[in-house]
Amino acid sequence: MANRGWDEFEIGAMLRTFDGKIDDIAGTNQEDRAYSKSSSFSASVADWRIEKPVFNKDFCIDCQFCWVYCPDMSIIARDKKMIGIDMDHCKGCAICVEVCPTNPKSLLMFPEQADEEVELAQWPTKEKKEK
Amino acid sequence: MAFDKMELKDIEVWDGNYAAAQAMRQCQIDVVAAYPITPSTPIVEGYGNFKANNYVEGEFVMVESEHAAMSGCIGAAAAGGRVATATSSQGFALMVETLYQASGMRLPIVLNVVNRALAAPLNVNGDHADMYLGRDSGWIQLDAYCPQDAYDLNFIAFKVSEDHDVRLPCMVHQDGFMTSHTAQGVHTLSDDVAYGFVGDFQPMNDMLDFEHPVTHGVQTEEDWHFEHKARQHNDLMTKVFPKIQAAFDDFEKLSGRKYNLVESYDMDDADVAVVCMGTSVETAREVASEMREKGVKAGVVGLRVIRPFPFFEIAEALKGAKAIATLDRSSPGGAPGMLFNEIAGCLFNTDDRALLSGFIYGLGGRDLTKKHLVEIFTQLQANVDAGKVTTSLQQFIGVRGPKLQFL
Repeated sequence: MANRGWDEFEIGAMLRTFDGKIDDIAGTNQEDRAYSKSSSFSASVADWRIEKPVFNKDFCIDCQFCWVYCPDMSIIARDKKMIGIDMDHCKGCAICVEVCPTNPKSLLMFPEQADEEVELAQWPTKEKKEK
Repeated sequence: MAFDKMELKDIEVWDGNYAAAQAMRQCQIDVVAAYPITPSTPIVEGYGNFKANNYVEGEFVMVESEHAAMSGCIGAAAAGGRVATATSSQGFALMVETLYQASGMRLPIVLNVVNRALAAPLNVNGDHADMYLGRDSGWIQLDAYCPQDAYDLNFIAFKVSEDHDVRLPCMVHQDGFMTSHTAQGVHTLSDDVAYGFVGDFQPMNDMLDFEHPVTHGVQTEEDWHFEHKARQHNDLMTKVFPKIQAAFDDFEKLSGRKYNLVESYDMDDADVAVVCMGTSVETAREVASEMREKGVKAGVVGLRVIRPFPFFEIAEALKGAKAIATLDRSSPGGAPGMLFNEIAGCLFNTDDRALLSGFIYGLGGRDLTKKHLVEIFTQLQANVDAGKVTTSLQQFIGVRGPKLQFL
């Protein structure tokens, strides 16, 4: 796409989100949608991130707060269950961690190079409320 | 919602503003977003009056500035509707940022520009400063010389601008006060005939097509921007003139009124020629006829299309002329003047080697009189007789004080 000439694209400063016609887009999961190459869904911005969220499903209560608050729609939920993070589009803003209400939190930030298995193994324990 | 049609006489007495407002009404525009400014105010005022009296079905959006007016037009055009507005001078200057957005986004918008000087000093009268400010904005620019032209060229503007091979916004220029507030007889089209000429709006890449979602107004950097601008320029250079000519031809069949990319008067055997725009064309024509009675073979060339610039058509119109004067009605800001430069450009590689001189006139609404034009034609004849330009290449006419000339 980057090598196209001036006469090889549609006129106007516009891009199409999908290849071809769409109909039931709300009822179609992201991975099943025919996103075009010019859709931002097709581009990874993972290299913008310097810290990453790690998800620990053992403590998650599926409240969907992270899904609601994520500014980049990078929380993947199916049937109202949190199943993971879209690491191609997460920019590491940590809003999901901030809004997570569980104790301990079900999402925590770690350096990009941290090993997920290691961090899950040493996840913090429940904090006791101070009297 | 049903709206009423208006019964018009074959000839109505309209000024340029009302003629433009009537043309806009007849085109059944979906969205007009406007902010009033002298001398274009009566266009949107008149249009608002039609709206209030149920002669208009579309939306009329009152906004907080000209920047917002054109922004509203851009949004509505991207959504997929027929869109137009009007402005002048300072309002046009405030609109400039969005003018480039409109043309780059390839949105068909018709903008009536009632030409007026740019401050400072503040001035509400007609010159071509705002018209010149828009000439690199990527719009099509048509120029009306009288209220009849202002009426007719609005239909041409919608037809060309909305064509799917063109999709470029279009300005219709008329001279502030001299055209906009001067009432003349205007031959009308009936509502049905006028609408039939422009036809139903045909959307393209519209945001209201929910089955084909688009993002309008995207960002491109060094990897794509050049290609987009190149495409726009290519389409201006190659696609617009044939469509304007076709629209002119169709319009002539409909109305009997003939327009040309470049208007030539008495040019067939002319030795001396004046090139100008707007109301000055009519004054120059009258003086040229009078000069011919005195034995000077005088002619006039008027630009009907300013952008894209009719490079070869102007050279053709001026073919055979021995001395040519360009009349620029805008402060040239340290240069010879737009018409001088561009006419020089289109003549430079021709065999005629015509003698070219430039004149700056009429700033801030200063009258261009017949006496001025007699002086210009007389000078041109003197240049022909001497075989060289006998004056400075740039002269100011009609300004008080010592003779002002450069180059």
